[in-house]
Amino acid sequence: MNLVFDLNTIWFFLVGLLLTGYAILDGFDLGIGALHLFTRTDQNRRVMLNAIGPIWDGNEVWLVTGGGALFAAFPEVYATAFSGFYMAFMLLLFSLIFRAVAIDFRSKQPQSWWRKTWDFSFSVSSILASLLIGTALGNIAWGVALNKQHEYAGSFWDILHPYALLVGVFVVVLFMMHGALYGIIKTEGKLQKQLGQLFRKTFILFVIGYVLITIATLLFAKNLTEHFKTSPLLIILPILNVLTIAGAYLLHKRGKDLAAFFSSCATILLLMLIFGMGIYPDMLYSNPNPANTLHIYNAASSQKTLRIMLTIAMVGMPFVIFYTSTIFWIFRGKVKLDSHSY
Amino acid sequence: MDPLFLSRLQFALTIAFHYLFPPISIGLGLLLVIMEGIYLKTKNELYHQMTRFWVKIFGLVFALGVATGIVMEFQFGTNWSTYSRFVGDVFGSALAAEGIFAFFLESGFLAILLFGWNKVKPRTHFLSTIMVCFGAHFSAVWIIVANSWQQTPAGHHIVNTALGTRAEIVDFWQMLFNPSTLDRLSHALMGAWQAGAFFVISVSAWYLLKGKHIEFAKTGIKIALVLAVFASMMQLVTGHSSAVTVSETQPAKLAAMEAHYDEYAKADLYLFGWVKNKQQKVRFGIKMPGMLSFLVHGDTSKPVKGLNAFPEDERPPVNIVFQAYHIMVAVGMLLILISVLGLILWWRGKLFKIRWLLWVFVFSVLGPQIANQLGWMTAEIGRQPWIVYGLLKTSNAFSPVLSGGQVLTSIIMFGFIYFLLFALFIFLLNQKIQHGPEIEATIEEGHIA
Repeated sequence: MNLVFDLNTIWFFLVGLLLTGYAILDGFDLGIGALHLFTRTDQNRRVMLNAIGPIWDGNEVWLVTGGGALFAAFPEVYATAFSGFYMAFMLLLFSLIFRAVAIDFRSKQPQSWWRKTWDFSFSVSSILASLLIGTALGNIAWGVALNKQHEYAGSFWDILHPYALLVGVFVVVLFMMHGALYGIIKTEGKLQKQLGQLFRKTFILFVIGYVLITIATLLFAKNLTEHFKTSPLLIILPILNVLTIAGAYLLHKRGKDLAAFFSSCATILLLMLIFGMGIYPDMLYSNPNPANTLHIYNAASSQKTLRIMLTIAMVGMPFVIFYTSTIFWIFRGKVKLDSHSY
Repeated sequence: MDPLFLSRLQFALTIAFHYLFPPISIGLGLLLVIMEGIYLKTKNELYHQMTRFWVKIFGLVFALGVATGIVMEFQFGTNWSTYSRFVGDVFGSALAAEGIFAFFLESGFLAILLFGWNKVKPRTHFLSTIMVCFGAHFSAVWIIVANSWQQTPAGHHIVNTALGTRAEIVDFWQMLFNPSTLDRLSHALMGAWQAGAFFVISVSAWYLLKGKHIEFAKTGIKIALVLAVFASMMQLVTGHSSAVTVSETQPAKLAAMEAHYDEYAKADLYLFGWVKNKQQKVRFGIKMPGMLSFLVHGDTSKPVKGLNAFPEDERPPVNIVFQAYHIMVAVGMLLILISVLGLILWWRGKLFKIRWLLWVFVFSVLGPQIANQLGWMTAEIGRQPWIVYGLLKTSNAFSPVLSGGQVLTSIIMFGFIYFLLFALFIFLLNQKIQHGPEIEATIEEGHIA
């Protein structure tokens, strides 16, 4: 493949990086949410909630900024995708709002019906959000029907085809696995043991999903595999990916919780990279009628804007990464509940 | 159902609801810096208690702001895709910059503010408070840059691409400091400071009326009152200069604000009235002849461009803009009166003894909220029929793929969720206020609230 390092390509990867940051960071707190109902006592659920308490909010900002960057760098993609997948995005927004509310309000009242209602909302909205994010990725990979004006030409139900749903479920499982590994770092005792079991169960599902998606992609999504055929060197990415997946499991087995979690982070990074390499330079593949595809050139802002945005990103992002890691560092260690907790 | 109308309704509903919260965050953020700063300087436990209490309230307000704010970031794409394609090159960069420079800062350091009391040194905590305050202000900067560009586009040119016509940046700094940015930013920020200040005044006054947390409440009122007086007085300056800019850049909006129809005549200033658009008359009004001419030109006889100078399909709806603008001004004047009166009585040593004034204080929290909402209505409805002034009409900007049914469904869902959110917000806010500030001894490690 010929990867030209022009501004359009750089922004393709920068938007991808922001969304990868989102997947890694909000991925584990969505996963914690998805696992929430599996933990039983009120005390355990509070620990789960407070494991992500100080940081979930900041994690979500990666999505908001990713959306903003997509708007600025590739307005055509932003416009087509968000208006075309209208109901899906509305559902995503509602689940994210519900989730935020559930986290904030759950522990504010002692009654058991109050807490159970919010526990349920928290968990279901986390699962729904993950499912929708995955389904969106699945649709982008598979391609969607676009007309000549690059407007979405399908219906709501077209979004729910088997490949996209498979990716959707896969992302739910991925986040649950990732969240379990995060939870293991933040908890102790029985809860930690239970999260270990949940990790091992979701890991099996994850591997099954991974194999199924690989087969489906090789068989049906020819547009994604082209680069891998022409540049065999790219095979190194899936190989690395298999290593990080195995690494997460083996490191977990040996009790190296933090390393296992980082291996899971690397897994998500590689998955996104493989996905990005697969679709590049397309951003919204038109299926059928590939001529209507939105790619990094016909969907982009002007070169001047891309350059300005690059300056903004170069100035801003190092600070973001610096203080985000500082804040993660400050809140390291096991969860201790106190009067400031959720 | 008409998807255009419904999309406008949905945007109005979601932005109005969202804008209940950020002004409080901005104003309260500044007050938190002041309170915690005094605490670090004096080591007086009272200020520590105040900071802790208001940080909790801040956390609640902020959470609602974030939950309702995510919607705003994506709604341009979902409901206004033609607009997004047209402005993405210009508007998108301001929005993305808001994420990078403001949201990360705010949400990151808020974690330390809320949960870091026992984890970091007092100085680091104070630094985080400053960062959160900066973040809140930065987000106002970028979003108002973006919105001001819609009001007074600058620094761009119009390009015909294969996909259609769009605006592209020519000069980033001109786009950033377009003709209305600074006026509108200062006006909105002062409005936010008022929202924060009167919020603190209101809660503190209620404590005094109930005879609870007396020292806490008195000190709160004093700090907030200084800010309230300053911000309210500043609104005269920023409001006036905003209006002058509107007269230069968006004459149709100014004409609608004062229902000034005559094409080219001296213009009056109304105290109030009811506009009959068909007859081009103001009923039940009291006016000051030539005052608008005076405010714009410094001369009561100089002419001001009226609504009839514009083609009929380029005029904003008049009465609603007129009412929103006049009620905003009236509320603003009332807030000046209340806060200055408070200041005088404080100076005379009577502030905390006059119960009716404390009751006025309790309800004063509504003032900035009403004025902020109405101010935005004036700005946004006054810009109609344009979504980007002079360049793109609202009726041409929405997503062509949407059906009325889809938008109706999402409006109903938003309506339901926002109703629930608001009820929960009031319930929890009330609970926190009833609970009051914590005394140091009760907040031990491991204590579960």
